[in-house]
Amino acid sequence: MRRILQSGALRKTTGAFATLVGVAVFVFFMLRAIPGDAISASLGTEAAGLTQAQRQALEEYYGLDQSLPEQFFSWLGNLFQGNLGFSVRAQETVLDLTISALPVTFQLAVFAILLALGIGVPIGMLAASRVGKPRDIFGQALSLLGLSVPAFLLATTLLTYFAVNFGFNPNGLGYKTFFEDPSVNLQQMLLPTVVLAFGISAPIIRTARAAVLEIRSQDFIRTAKAKGVPTRTLQFKHILRNALIPIVTMTGLQFGYLLGGAVVIEQIFSLPGVGRQVLMGIQQKEYALVQSTVLVIAAAFVIINLLTDLLYRAIDPRVRAE
Amino acid sequence: MTKLKKWSLQPIKAFALLSAASLVLAGCAAAEETVEPTATQSEAPAAVGGDLVVGLIIDPDTIFPWKATQNQAFRMLENVYSTLTGFDADLNVVPALAESWEISADGMAITFNLRDGVKFADGSDFDSADVRYSYEAIQDEANAGVARATLGGVTSIETPDADTVVLNLATPDVGLLANLSTVNLAIVSSDDTEEQLNVATNGTGPFMLESRTAGQNVILVRNPNYWGDPAPLDSIEFRVLPDEAAIAAAMSAGNVQFAVFSDPITARTVSGAVSVSTTPQLGYHALMMNPRKESVSDKNVRLAIQCAIDRQVVLDTALLGEGEVTGPITSPAFRSDPNARPCPERDLAKAAEYLAAAGKVGGVQIDAIVPQGLYGGEVEIAQAVAAQLAEANITLNLEVLEGGTYVDRWIAGEFDTAIALNGGRPDPDGMYGRYFPSTGNLNQVAGYSSDSMDKLFADGKKESDPVKRKAIYADVSAELENNAVWIWLFSAFTYTATSDTVTGFTPMSTGSWQFLRTTGLK
Repeated sequence: MRRILQSGALRKTTGAFATLVGVAVFVFFMLRAIPGDAISASLGTEAAGLTQAQRQALEEYYGLDQSLPEQFFSWLGNLFQGNLGFSVRAQETVLDLTISALPVTFQLAVFAILLALGIGVPIGMLAASRVGKPRDIFGQALSLLGLSVPAFLLATTLLTYFAVNFGFNPNGLGYKTFFEDPSVNLQQMLLPTVVLAFGISAPIIRTARAAVLEIRSQDFIRTAKAKGVPTRTLQFKHILRNALIPIVTMTGLQFGYLLGGAVVIEQIFSLPGVGRQVLMGIQQKEYALVQSTVLVIAAAFVIINLLTDLLYRAIDPRVRAE
Repeated sequence: MTKLKKWSLQPIKAFALLSAASLVLAGCAAAEETVEPTATQSEAPAAVGGDLVVGLIIDPDTIFPWKATQNQAFRMLENVYSTLTGFDADLNVVPALAESWEISADGMAITFNLRDGVKFADGSDFDSADVRYSYEAIQDEANAGVARATLGGVTSIETPDADTVVLNLATPDVGLLANLSTVNLAIVSSDDTEEQLNVATNGTGPFMLESRTAGQNVILVRNPNYWGDPAPLDSIEFRVLPDEAAIAAAMSAGNVQFAVFSDPITARTVSGAVSVSTTPQLGYHALMMNPRKESVSDKNVRLAIQCAIDRQVVLDTALLGEGEVTGPITSPAFRSDPNARPCPERDLAKAAEYLAAAGKVGGVQIDAIVPQGLYGGEVEIAQAVAAQLAEANITLNLEVLEGGTYVDRWIAGEFDTAIALNGGRPDPDGMYGRYFPSTGNLNQVAGYSSDSMDKLFADGKKESDPVKRKAIYADVSAELENNAVWIWLFSAFTYTATSDTVTGFTPMSTGSWQFLRTTGLK
């Protein structure tokens, strides 16, 4: 127990819980600050023709007949009982919808991170190995391109290009899970993974390059070189391992963003993930759906951050020693 | 796995080769494959069997017909449920669940003779009790049926026998026959509740719901109990793709066989064996005015606006000319003549005269609310209108609003003018009977009423002679235009794209997809 307290685990858990409560309050009230409600989102201008009694009936139907504090505490109370709410539009519980959507987003995020690491780390290391030379310029140019090209532009262009020129449009087939049809599932993940990885690899290239350059200038590397440590061992055991901490931090952050932030890509490629679920919830003003899904995403982000912290301990003996 | 290799290697190789320059080429390649929209309809006999995939940008938000307002929900549900009356391709009222009807001599009662042998999808029998149950439930405010106002004039419903229904009316209502055809007045079984119908359909239409996955698709299969000719298709999948560009891409790749586009440019990017037909819509774009607001309360100011706008130029600028200039009434049988309005052509001198008559020689400032993202092209229309009005010394201050805010302001009538896209209906009473009579439930939004208008709408409800009825609504149209109550601009087109394997579908100006029931696949 003492060790837990000393390691800061309790402090981190408390911080994480406070973050989630903050997110819950923020999302709840921000949603209601947006003009309109589920009734006007559903009926549009037709809502002008509703009688008072019809409006009241609809408010009851959509759960809008309670005061804001009542709605908030009722939602929180239900959350603690594992009830994330009900989507009137889908006629399903938010929990069921989220259970269906999370694996899609998770799969996409894992694929994108793996590809981004596969591109970003080697190119970052290559760029750092000859500063100012063509390979460095290529690495820097690629990362600049990754940061500059908007994901939505690349996504829509690739989607149209491959559909028109190659007849390749697996995302138009309707989503298939890996277990339903692995072939179609992997095809459907291909282009969104490429688009996301292209964007994410940019900061990874930059972080890897900067970290490698910094480690290479350290005294212990010079000593290792002087001792005749082979280049391969020097690169991977001494330089890369020590450069991993900022790379892991960056990767953890990007992975967290991907879990909730791939909204545009999921939308463009018709992937029914949590990002798309939130987007549709906002469009339809389905408060329960948006609130609970955002909270799930926030929780995932917090957990990823905690796991990243734990990973430091595995990578860096100094953190373990602390 | 063979399929995976085939697909996964080709794109990767191509991607590696093409780099950034391909982004530009992609657009060019699509443009070269443009299919010109035509005004043809597929009239080939439909083949039996097959599974049609229809592309939608959002899935139907409900499967309960009485509360449906979303276009996609309408398009799906009109193939699942039936109504007492219906429309043919020319928008004539035709029998549906009611095989025939008689209107009493005083117009105060309509007797419907129901079709024999009709069954719901679950196999239960349809009879007059189902009609009475459905209509009375819709009339009940607690059920919040969106077409309640249509039945507002029905004082009682009698069911003398299982095959007969009598609607007793407070006042004669000839337009009711047309208005009963909306799926919001679908007949459901008296054994079903809203809760049940929220999760499963049970209609008398040509298809029935097989499955629904939120955000992904809705699948309908042929209803073996349908009272009409069996639908040729085995199933229809309404597949959700994020936007029209994605649907166009899916059609080009052959993954979707049917879609309706609102954007002409996207419709033209569809390549391959696909035909695109153009259909004028009953809906119309307008600059709605609220004459109860001071800035547009003077008829002369409104007429000055009327004369200062060249509708064709606005149409060309904002919607690439894809539409047609229209007057208030867009339904073919009652269509208003746009040339009969004051200033059918732009006339700045006349506009100046009207402004002078209003005592506003120095010009006027008028606020306009404009929705963003609610419909397509409204901001562009607003900017084109404002640019033209500026030349007539009329400053239109555009307030571009997020969709939800716009709807709230529109509903409350909190605007001087509003750029709007309003839906049209085949019967002019259904179209404007809720706006311009002083008792209309949208009159607060319309901002205008008059004794003469009340009388015209009352006469239109009573008059059963088509020629006299047409004359009445011509007078309605004239009063609206002569007073420049709103500025009616134009109707847009929709573009129905079908792969060449699709036969037997007829697009309608109501936007209805009811002819999916006659559609087949070669």
